[in-house]
Amino acid sequence: MTKAMDQILWHEVEPGGVITEPGNASSYHTGTWRSQKPVYIEEKCIRCSRCIIMCPDAAIRPDYDANIVTWNFDYCKGCGICAEECPVDAIEMVEEG
Amino acid sequence: MGKKVGMEVSIAAAEAAALCDVDVVAAYPITPQTHIVEHLSELVANGHLDAEFVPVESEHSAMSVCCGSAAAGARTITSTAAQGLALMAEIVFIASAMRLPMVMLVANRALSAPLSIWNDHSDAMMVRDCGWIQVFCENGQDVYDHVFHGFRVGEDPRVLLPVMINLDGFILTHVIEPMEFWTKEMAKSYLPPFKPVYRLHPDKVVSMGAFGMPEIYAEQKMAHDVALRNSRPVIDEAWDELARLTGRRYSAVEHYKTDGAETLILAMGSLCETASLAVDQMRDGGKKVGLVKLRLWRPFPFAEIRQALAGAKDVVVLDRSVSTGGGSAPVTSEIRAVMYHEPSRPKIHCMIAGLGGRDVTPDDVSNMVDMALAGTGAEYYIYGVRG
Repeated sequence: MTKAMDQILWHEVEPGGVITEPGNASSYHTGTWRSQKPVYIEEKCIRCSRCIIMCPDAAIRPDYDANIVTWNFDYCKGCGICAEECPVDAIEMVEEG
Repeated sequence: MGKKVGMEVSIAAAEAAALCDVDVVAAYPITPQTHIVEHLSELVANGHLDAEFVPVESEHSAMSVCCGSAAAGARTITSTAAQGLALMAEIVFIASAMRLPMVMLVANRALSAPLSIWNDHSDAMMVRDCGWIQVFCENGQDVYDHVFHGFRVGEDPRVLLPVMINLDGFILTHVIEPMEFWTKEMAKSYLPPFKPVYRLHPDKVVSMGAFGMPEIYAEQKMAHDVALRNSRPVIDEAWDELARLTGRRYSAVEHYKTDGAETLILAMGSLCETASLAVDQMRDGGKKVGLVKLRLWRPFPFAEIRQALAGAKDVVVLDRSVSTGGGSAPVTSEIRAVMYHEPSRPKIHCMIAGLGGRDVTPDDVSNMVDMALAGTGAEYYIYGVRG
């Protein structure tokens, strides 16, 4: 990424706001939108990966070495779909501190 | 120059587009624009024009196709009027903000309701702030020449903006006028191939029309505004080149018998010709009246307007639309705003006339000037309304 969005000057904007670097949406951290946060309860988790599949972003990833799932809080918006979809209630939504 | 040939202005506009070798035509028929697109479809169907003609299901789709076409790097034209422009308005703003060059002929027609197919400028004023280059044509030759001018300016890598050519519905679109036509060679020498800075192509991937967060939206608006203002030298340069090629000179603001004029009429579009006849009559009658024609509506020619109106005591603006519930009609508002900070400014009268196809004769123009000088239209006045 060349420059953060809030650092770009008006005369640095490409004509029509064209984005010349594909995939640069990842440089925008949507995690700041979060008001609720998922809390992972490892003991309850059956490793079904349903949360990973259902996450509308790509904020949940498996950590195979540790045999757990992890959240990338740069992108997790706290939508709660993972908690809703978890078949064993291994994810709990709590207020963001 | 070449000999004059009589032709319907709509047909001539389509012929101009064909000489520009347009790649894509996407349009939906609507009165009084129909003949323009109809003739373009004939030219394509008969093999005279090698272009993709997309017969869309609505104006919203027409402008959407045009955006896609321009984004792919194709020379693109469309045409519409009134309700059609209203329906496509959403995408009209997108075309300019995404800096997609194309030409659109707007056959100016009154907006409903009441349903009217006839001329006024309410459609153009509805999209006044859409960020396109906008010109108003006085006669058929003007329209024909501006199709070439529009492509040349809009596609210029220093500009990259869509161009709206306004021509009064019926008054111009359906009238047969004597015109001088361009040759293929002239068009070729005047109009270089369209080479977009960015386009949709698999060889170099870009994203167009991305979401604009609050962190970047204002920067993009500023960039668009500056781009439109900065198109001015290119517009002038293209008029200069057109003058060299055809002998016909166009400018953002034109004068008719303004020398020593105490009262100036200011008009746009075909009303300028009518007003020029009124000026002749009034000058013959010893009145010091002149005419200022405003051709370039966006980017607005601030300096020329200030200069043109500086010496006058009174300016009578002939508006062809109503800003319902507003301070005055759109053109007058603009002129008043431009003159407000001038050390000596004329009295600016707002006369609204010619709504929904009501004829405006030279006598009407003289009347409006007399009424304005007698104090009518201090805020605004809708001329000729009964009761």
